[in-house]
Amino acid sequence: MEKTQNNKAWFLVLPVLVIVAFSAVLPLMTVVNYSMNDTFGQNEFFWNGLGWFEEMITSDRMHDALGRQVLFSVIILVIEVPLGIFIALNMPKKGFWASFCLVLMALPLLIPFNVVGTIWQIFGRVDIGLLGHGLAAIGIDYNYTNDPFDAWITIIVMDVWHWTSLVALLCYAGLQSIPQAYYQAARIDQASRWSVFRFIELPKMAGVLLIAVLLRFMDSFMIYTEPFVVTGGGPGNSTTFLSIDLVKMAVGQFDLGPAAAFSLMYFLVILLVSWVFYTVMTSLDKAETK
Amino acid sequence: MAQITLSKLAHSYAANPTAESDYALKEMDHVWQDGGAYALLGSSGCGKTTLLNIISGLVRPSYGRVLFGDLDVTDQETAARNIAQVFQFPVVYDTMTVRENLSFPLRNRGMDAAYIAARVNQIAQMIGMEDILNRKARGLTADAKQKISLGRGMVREDVNAILFDEPLTVIDPHMKWELRTQLKQLHREFGHTMIYVTHDQTEALTFADKVVVMYDGRVVQMGTPEELFETPAHTFVGYFIGSPGMNLLDAKVTGSVAHLQGAEIALGAGYGAVAGRTQIGIRPEYCLLTDGAGLPVTIRRIEDVGRHRIIRADLFGQPFNVIAPEGMAIGADMTRVAFAPGKINVYADDWRVAGGAI
Repeated sequence: MEKTQNNKAWFLVLPVLVIVAFSAVLPLMTVVNYSMNDTFGQNEFFWNGLGWFEEMITSDRMHDALGRQVLFSVIILVIEVPLGIFIALNMPKKGFWASFCLVLMALPLLIPFNVVGTIWQIFGRVDIGLLGHGLAAIGIDYNYTNDPFDAWITIIVMDVWHWTSLVALLCYAGLQSIPQAYYQAARIDQASRWSVFRFIELPKMAGVLLIAVLLRFMDSFMIYTEPFVVTGGGPGNSTTFLSIDLVKMAVGQFDLGPAAAFSLMYFLVILLVSWVFYTVMTSLDKAETK
Repeated sequence: MAQITLSKLAHSYAANPTAESDYALKEMDHVWQDGGAYALLGSSGCGKTTLLNIISGLVRPSYGRVLFGDLDVTDQETAARNIAQVFQFPVVYDTMTVRENLSFPLRNRGMDAAYIAARVNQIAQMIGMEDILNRKARGLTADAKQKISLGRGMVREDVNAILFDEPLTVIDPHMKWELRTQLKQLHREFGHTMIYVTHDQTEALTFADKVVVMYDGRVVQMGTPEELFETPAHTFVGYFIGSPGMNLLDAKVTGSVAHLQGAEIALGAGYGAVAGRTQIGIRPEYCLLTDGAGLPVTIRRIEDVGRHRIIRADLFGQPFNVIAPEGMAIGADMTRVAFAPGKINVYADDWRVAGGAI
């Protein structure tokens, strides 16, 4: 069949192009512009080439923040993914308690980030917070405002409280889609509980689990509001993650050039790691089908 | 291997069954002989799968006991019963290879590795999958997966029974025939008790020594294919077995004669006075279209199905089918139907009434 040549069809793509341009391309190009120039206000720019990038990529400040960020994401994933799977496996499958658990699990997800931060900020205070005061009362030395270890614990527990539900709910949806016949066949085959998990539940959950891991990685890697509200990046710089550092640099110190270079590299790191995650997991999937 | 006894068995999915219609299975007493090949036949929703799941222990019956030999297994777990079951839709372990899938039930029972390898090869040969034993099960087609399920069902030699729940639904017709033949052969070779659930009468009649017909939560007849054909115990059996099914006509029966809209039909046996709704049933195979003797029929259409023709007609306003052999000329004057003597069954309220001497 003869293919119709009609290049007017390109006009149909135009609205999307315009929207994407205003929402993503133009702001991003502004950042690129800042990262290549030095400015002292009044819209005066002086060309700086890759100077800011060189400075940022060798700065200890960025290295430290990146290190803390990676450590935080790893800890979050290691705790939340297995915990989420465990919760999903033990949630009731139907009836009143199933709906009850779903609502209960969804609650933390519905609370705005800064409110979560405020809740834990107060909850953990030694003078008036239930948690902080309670721990002090039983003789545990806990103070997130001047002990870096306590600050980390607080932020991690808060994130687990806030986001494990997401992993659990996604896994729960994956589990619910497994036909009953699989469990029956496993009983017929005299499979152990572990085998049922390993050979039925885990493979059937793999798809949603991939999404859960990706989402949790990206979110935890970009975390800003909650630690900012709870610890403000302290004590010292101990909980200053990449985004907190970035805001300090851009809004606090008004170093727009370095901050722009920083944010571009930050963006690329997230893109790269997500891509690696995705490629590895989908290629595992393909290897299995062969 | 053992004889399976169902004693006063009944099951309801409702928590507090009151009416009889609450029961998916009505009370039944049945014995399934050790080593028999049974087909469980019935339309959808008649309780076939429930009965099967009760035998395998996936469902606990509301009432009654299940016995394997002399052992009461009603409260035993599925795993403890040592039973194999193949489901309607393929169930394979996606991340395992075909070989691992087949050996899974054996490995779970801690069998010797050398024995497992030999047994898996034997089964693989039977289902024709020796060359893809090392492939992952995930990428296979639905019928290949179902063959794996069948293989997994048959891999254990010491099972008490093998249950098949419409296992060939997803398999294409040619393969269906081949697999059924293999199942049959396997039955002859190892003598497992096999129970095969299906709603396809051809499948049931070719597979089984004994066919169990279920209707509305009840076993209405358990018999050889011949018995089901010649003397259906229930009008449902008559209607369900055969293609087309038995002709059923409302009639009044006194002694050895049926009265049908003024016409009289000799029954070949004596029935005395029959109470309730009375019907006579005759297979289309035993009816003959004539131009002389018999009852008048109005022919609506004739279907040629290859080996014979099915004549769809009306007899006193009730639909009536006749099978005419290939090659028989059907003239315009052939408007009467005659019944083969002794092939008429009499039913009172759907159940067959046995005839006595005239």
